[in-house]
Order: sequence, then C-alpha cells, then structure tokens
Amino acid sequence: MKTQNQKAWLFVLPVLLLVAFNALIPIMTVVNYSVQETFGNNLFFWEGMGWFEKLLHSDRFYSALGRQFFFTGMILAIEVPLGIIIALSMPKQGFWVPVCLVTMALPMLIPWNVVGAMWNIFTLPDIGLLGYFMNHVLGVSYDMTQNPTAAWATIIVMDVWHWTSLVVLLSYAGLVSIPDAYYQAAKIDGASNWAVFRFIQIPKMKNVLTIAILLRFMDSFNIYTEPFVLTGGGPGNSTTLLSIDLVKIALGQFDLGPAAAMSLIYFAITLLVSWVFYTLMMKDD
Amino acid sequence: MKKRYFIPLIYILFLMLPIYWLVSMSFKTTGEILSGFSLFPQEWTFQNYRVIFTDPTWYWGYINSISYVTLNSAISIAVALPAAYAFSRYRFLGDKQLFFWLLTNRMAPAAVFALPFFQLYSAVGLFDTHLGVALAHTLFNVPLAVWILEGFMRGVPKELDETAYVDGYSFPRFFVKIFLPNIKAGVGVAAFFCFMFSWVELLLAKTLTAVQAKPIAAIMTKTASSAGYELGLLAAAGTLTIIPGAIVIYFVRNYIAKGFAMGRV
Repeated sequence: MKTQNQKAWLFVLPVLLLVAFNALIPIMTVVNYSVQETFGNNLFFWEGMGWFEKLLHSDRFYSALGRQFFFTGMILAIEVPLGIIIALSMPKQGFWVPVCLVTMALPMLIPWNVVGAMWNIFTLPDIGLLGYFMNHVLGVSYDMTQNPTAAWATIIVMDVWHWTSLVVLLSYAGLVSIPDAYYQAAKIDGASNWAVFRFIQIPKMKNVLTIAILLRFMDSFNIYTEPFVLTGGGPGNSTTLLSIDLVKIALGQFDLGPAAAMSLIYFAITLLVSWVFYTLMMKDD
Repeated sequence: MKKRYFIPLIYILFLMLPIYWLVSMSFKTTGEILSGFSLFPQEWTFQNYRVIFTDPTWYWGYINSISYVTLNSAISIAVALPAAYAFSRYRFLGDKQLFFWLLTNRMAPAAVFALPFFQLYSAVGLFDTHLGVALAHTLFNVPLAVWILEGFMRGVPKELDETAYVDGYSFPRFFVKIFLPNIKAGVGVAAFFCFMFSWVELLLAKTLTAVQAKPIAAIMTKTASSAGYELGLLAAAGTLTIIPGAIVIYFVRNYIAKGFAMGRV
C-alpha cells in the first residue's frame, strides 16, 4: 500500500516546473490571443467571445472537424482489430520473435515528414511502385493529386502502415504475459479457440489495449505532418484535417485570434475524449 | 511452418515495400527516376549520398538532430525518475490530478503550440539552439517517461526500499545503488521512447530553429520545394534518417515487447 507523504511533492517539482514552463505559458498566450483582435504592429483590441461564436457558426470549421473525426474513426476501426489479429498469429518464442519486433517497430522511428515524402514517392502515378502497379498492372486509374477518394485511401493506408505496429506490439506484450497454465487448463476443458480468445486473451490484453486505443486516438486526432506532406490537404480541401486547417490559419494567414480560438476548442475536444478513455482505464486499477 | 505465420509475414512485407522503394530510389540518378518505372536501379549511383556527406548544410542537419534528441532524452529521464518514484510510492495531495494533467500535455496538438512556443523561446533567448528544441520536446516526452517509469517502479516491491533503509542506506545512495539497477530495463525503454518521439517530431523542431540547430528533416522539406524535383537526393536523405532509429531498436529489441506494455501488463 502506498503511504501518505506530502514531501513527495519535492520529487515531482522538477517535472512540474519544466512542464509548467512548456505548457502553461504557451496555453495562456493562446487564451490571450483568442479573446483579442490584432491588426499587426502589436496593436490588440478586446474581442471577447467573438472568435468562438464565429467559429462555432462556420461551416469550414465543422467540415474540417468532421474530416478529423472520420480519419480517427477509420484509423481506430482498422488498426485495432488488425493489430490484434497480427499479434495473435505471431510466434511466441524463438529466433523470429526479435526479427518480427524490430521490423515492425521500424516505421514508427521514421521522422514524420519522411513518412509523408516516402509515401509520396511510393504513390507517384507513373514512377512510384504503388502508383505504377495500380495504373499499369491493375489498370485502375489512381492519382492522389486528382482524385479525393484516392487521396483519402492513401492517407489512411499510410497511417495503417505507420502505426498498426504500436497496437501489435502492445497486444503482443499482453499476450506473452499469459502463463501457459491458462492455455493448458482451457485445453483440458475443451474450450474452443473463440472461448480462449474471449475469456483468456482479451481480458489479459485489456490493460495494454486501452493504452493502445488511447495513444492511437490522441495521435491520430492530432496528426499533422504526414498528411500535410503527402497531400497538402488536397485535392481541393478534401483531406484538410482540423490540424492542417489550424496551421494554415495560424502560420499561413497569421490570423492569431481565430487560430487561438480554434486551438482551444481543438484541445478541449481531445481532452474530453481522452479523459473518458482515461477514467474507464483507471477504474479497475 | 504454421499456416498462421503468413499473417505477420504479409504484414512485414507490406511494411517493407515503401521503405524498399525509398532506398532503391536513393541509388538511382534523377534522370533514371524521371524517365520511367524501374523496379531496381539500372545504373547504381552513390552521387546522392556523396552530396549529403560533403555538403555541410546537409550533414549538419544530422548532427543537429542527434544533438537535441540526445539532450532531450537525458533531460526527460533525469526529471522523470524522481517524479515517477513519488507517483509509484506515495500518495500525496492532488497526485491523481497531477498525473492526468501531465498526460494532457501528451494530448496537446503540436499545431496548437507552434506559435506560442516560437514567441516564448525567442523571448528567453533559446530560439535556434539545441537546448531550446530539447526543452520544447520535453512537453510530450516527460509525461510519457513518467508514465513508463512509474509502471516499471510499481513492479518493484516496496520491501526493497524498507530493507535498504534498515541497512542504513541514505535515500540518494539507495536510489542510485539499489533502486536504479532494478529498473534498468524501464530506464532503457523510457529513453527509447524519448528518443523516438523527439527524433520523429518535426513541427516544433522546425518552428524553433533557423540555421544553427535546424533538424535534418526540415532541411529535407526545404530542399524538396526549392531545388525542384531532386527525388534521388530526397530519397537518400530519407534513407539516412531511418538508420539511427534502426540502430536504437536493435539495441532494445529484447525489451521492446515488455516496454510497449509500459510495465503494466
């Protein structure tokens, strides 16, 4: 059992100071901008809740938010089941285990804009491996820069390529922690594969799977660099996710007020959904 | 071979295809790339790599990236160790709230922080320094390091601490001599994650640097747009950014599975 000790705060102090410097000051800057209007030259005027009201009535915001949710939904719906299936069929011991783990972890260690650039090169219609295969071998017209469906399919496949391994490695860690005795008991009882999965493997993976879902939610909801490098939000606005739109407004047009208001709403949504996940996750601890 | 092994096999093949394409393109001449499709380089060239290793703006990009990533991992682990110890051993006022607040910083979209970070780091004179980028990346790495280390420390029985105190160890000596060796794997895994997230992040690193500390990934983006269609060069630079990651994974390969469970399976 943990002991009550207020001096523990001293141990936490360095982290607290560092994170406060990095998080509180910038977030207060954002709050500050979100209620003001600027015309440059450091002239600011009080705007109140104006930016928030405008944003909550703008179609552009809702469509970008909708695309972000669609993206995250697709990512979770594909990566989580796929990751579990791969983890279940991986070898449990022997020479191939480290080979699998290392090759699977590799995509996660590639800088995000290199991932975007790599997929760009991979999908070029006439000279990329995938682009050439689709257009000239399968005979399907495939060009990301022209066709919104192709662009969407590509950013989703790219993210599946990039991050499914996180779910695989987490589920795998859960699976190898199950003692052999459990499986032997199931065998004696004549349990089906499904029963083993449902009553032994899923409960044992529950903890790590929640971490996986939480991390995948946060990261896919905040994704910016990879789709930006790959499609630039196009063709048209079809793949302009919320984050891409935000950077466009903040750093492209330098509309600090609207960008700040948008940041806060964005952050609040991420926080709310993550908090729900977090409380569910910590409930059984 | 069992039939089900086909699933991971196909998956790994799928993972390797785009990487193969990047590497193969880095050995092609620009002429060959633009002239049409070829599965293997027809005439091997090392020209793209030669450009990178002889041009200081290119190779300094690598040095910059590795410098701030190393600095960041060191800072993150150093501050996260005592904090994780406190979370794993004691209850104190506001501990749960503090833990969640730390995690929220892992959730903040980097896009939200880009502009205020630029202003903050310019104001304190850390703009365009390795230390600046390293400190900025602690925003998401420190919470993660605390989370991972706490998971590993919880697995160490409390009796260990008590026995050490009975034996007359002071806290710092106990922590360094007895406790740290027990969570060695956890420290390695946490350092791996810090390395990973600092190495792959670009938006903040790009916003906070101009010349002196510019990361390799940002130099690539600039080249991609300014020098037109230098695909071979871009591919070579991309290939080189994969190597540090591959080396680091190789070293932690035996801890990867446990590490991803963050010590709490």
